[in-house]
Amino acid sequence: MSDFLNISGLHARIDADGAPKEILRGVDLVIPPGEVHAIMGPNGSGKSTLSYVLAGREDYEVTSGAVSFKGQDLLAMEPEERAAAGVFLAFQAPIELPGVNNANFLRTAVNAVRRARGDAELDAVGFLKTVRAATKKLSMSDEMLKRNVNVGFSGGEKKRNEVLQMTMLQPSLAILDETDSGLDVDALRIVADGVNALRSPTFSALVITHHQRLLDYLNPDRVHVMARGRIVHSGGAELAKEIDVQGYASFLAEAA
Amino acid sequence: MNAIAPVGRSLAPFEARLDGIEDPIRHAAVGELRRVGLPGPRVEAWRYTHLRPLAGHEFREAAASFDADPVGRALDESLPRDGLLASTPRLVLVNGRFAPELSSPANGVALPEGVTFERFSASPEFDALATPEREPLVALNTALATDGVRLSVAEGVAAERIVLVSVACAGDEAVSFHPRHSVSLGAGASLELIELAVSSGSGAGAATYFHNPVLTCDVREGAKLTHVKVQKEAAGATHLATVYANIAARGAYDSFTLGLGSDLARHEVHARLSGAKAAVHVNGAQLLGEKQVGDITSVITHAAPDCISRQTIRNVLTDHARGVFQGKVHVHQIAQKTDGYQMNQALLLSPHAEIDAKPELEIYADDVKCSHGATVGALDDEQLFYLRSRGVPEAQARRILVEAFLLEVLDLHEDEAGRALLDTALGAALSLRIGREQVPGQAAGEVSE
Ligand SMILES: Nc1ncnc2c1ncn2[C@@H]1O[C@H](COP(=O)(O)OP(=O)(O)OP(=O)(O)O)[C@@H](O)[C@H]1O
Ligand SMILES: [Mg+2]
Repeated sequence: MSDFLNISGLHARIDADGAPKEILRGVDLVIPPGEVHAIMGPNGSGKSTLSYVLAGREDYEVTSGAVSFKGQDLLAMEPEERAAAGVFLAFQAPIELPGVNNANFLRTAVNAVRRARGDAELDAVGFLKTVRAATKKLSMSDEMLKRNVNVGFSGGEKKRNEVLQMTMLQPSLAILDETDSGLDVDALRIVADGVNALRSPTFSALVITHHQRLLDYLNPDRVHVMARGRIVHSGGAELAKEIDVQGYASFLAEAA
Repeated sequence: MNAIAPVGRSLAPFEARLDGIEDPIRHAAVGELRRVGLPGPRVEAWRYTHLRPLAGHEFREAAASFDADPVGRALDESLPRDGLLASTPRLVLVNGRFAPELSSPANGVALPEGVTFERFSASPEFDALATPEREPLVALNTALATDGVRLSVAEGVAAERIVLVSVACAGDEAVSFHPRHSVSLGAGASLELIELAVSSGSGAGAATYFHNPVLTCDVREGAKLTHVKVQKEAAGATHLATVYANIAARGAYDSFTLGLGSDLARHEVHARLSGAKAAVHVNGAQLLGEKQVGDITSVITHAAPDCISRQTIRNVLTDHARGVFQGKVHVHQIAQKTDGYQMNQALLLSPHAEIDAKPELEIYADDVKCSHGATVGALDDEQLFYLRSRGVPEAQARRILVEAFLLEVLDLHEDEAGRALLDTALGAALSLRIGREQVPGQAAGEVSE
């Protein structure tokens, strides 16, 4: 068994207006260090829920199963501890923070994580230098740093802002939840470059997507199909191409 | 004497000082007070804010002498030593009495040219803008006012800014003071009045005192008065302030009040737009905890056409704190093309915190644009999670969100000096009520070009 990310028998439910609704029904997934895995699957199959549970969102109640990350019990950690440990989630729908300046937000986050990891905090000058280099690489305008976090950002700008945060926070596990949706071709390339820049033997990514295109740039080690709260099928990069042509029908039949 | 017992609360806390007042205006005010009493919960305007804390005390007149050290410390702690505020002329009152030795020009800063200053005590005259016959707390002030500041800015003079500080220095005995201030701006003049109310921590524990200021603002044609107020008096204090503003054609009264202190506080504004194209802003914020009660009440009268009124209020309430917002907008028939906006928002951070809001629109003109709204909520879980997922610890994430909520309304105040005072006071209150910043010197706005 790998000791990087190991999800076994994960069940999670949510309280939907008083009635518990089971969303994850036994997810098994292993991601070794240094690999990029993709999850595809029909709408509502539980992909975002899995990403939230990994990041520590409290609305979802884990009823059974376990997740270990670098040998630690991930589910026992607070969201901020998970971030410090290296987990980063790029949200499918990034949250707006009115009144919170984007640059301040980034610096607060970067320094919180650095502090927790025992690294020296960045002062204003050091931060600006780092963030400027990052925005340049992502072809983002510095103007976005002066605005409030995600407020009034276009869909594509929000996604780029997620990639900027990922770049700045230097995670060892990046979970990208449909970061490619709604992006133009150039932006897609930027997202892929953002992930590829982090690639190393100690970095892994879990990429949730509906499209083949991003995977062309990322060349994933494994592709998993999620349906009805489970991983129902896994394969190599060629699986994504198959799905692009055939859809999910055959896997759903398999899962039923 | 009084044949009928007053319907309101007893005047007992002040009774000893009300007897034997001879000045006709003050005498009339006492008569009015005796008739109605202090407002009780059955008076509509005081339904949500109860004056119970005043009962059971006998408020004496504060002594004229005071301990200079704690007062000096309170001033040093509240006013930034550097920046624009340090070089701004200041007028200081201690326990409601003007203290020339702490004020300009004695502190080395001259009052701006074109500004006349006089103590109220030098010639006690009551401005006709105030209506003691309608507001019992103004009647009480009229009866007991001993001092205050009177400022007038000559026609066309841009007077920049003046700081008006009230330091309370109460000891073991319950005292009250009732300063009477007035500001008048000649046509085309401008001034920013930066008002600060603080307590000096002299005695042990919370001293009981009552601060009851009245301020009248006469804003002539095309003049602009900016008024920033920070109230951060200590526990044990009751702060009940009334402001009257009369705004002539094209004039503006642009105000912001930040309520942080006192056990019980009310900031009540009566603004009258009396000439065409006049504007009034009654913006504010409150951050309260423990069992504090903070009330922002406004009565805005559109008595002329083409006027603008704006009210944006934000409340953050923790523990058992209670916020009150009452906003009445009265649009006279003549006041066509009125543009009125009122919004009261509250963030409740504890299940025991409470906000009471009462908007009232009374509109007699047919061509007006008046909107009002209110929101009440807790911190947004998604926003909290977003911050935490980026590694920000929960306590710090909460502070960031609360601060952002309040900064959005502080941003309505543009002047740098007043803003510096607001930011300093708010930062301290956030640390007290919400939690310290994790990293010193990481306040918002620090990352810049
Ligand atoms: N807070 C919630 N309350 C009620 N139901 C929820 C909640 N969150 C998720 N669900 C339900 O759980 C199921 C899985 O949702 P999830 O967002 O994980 O799907 P997904 O695979 O990410 O879909 P998509 O491809 O559309 O993004 C859906 O049926 C969804 O409606
Ligand atoms: Mg999803």
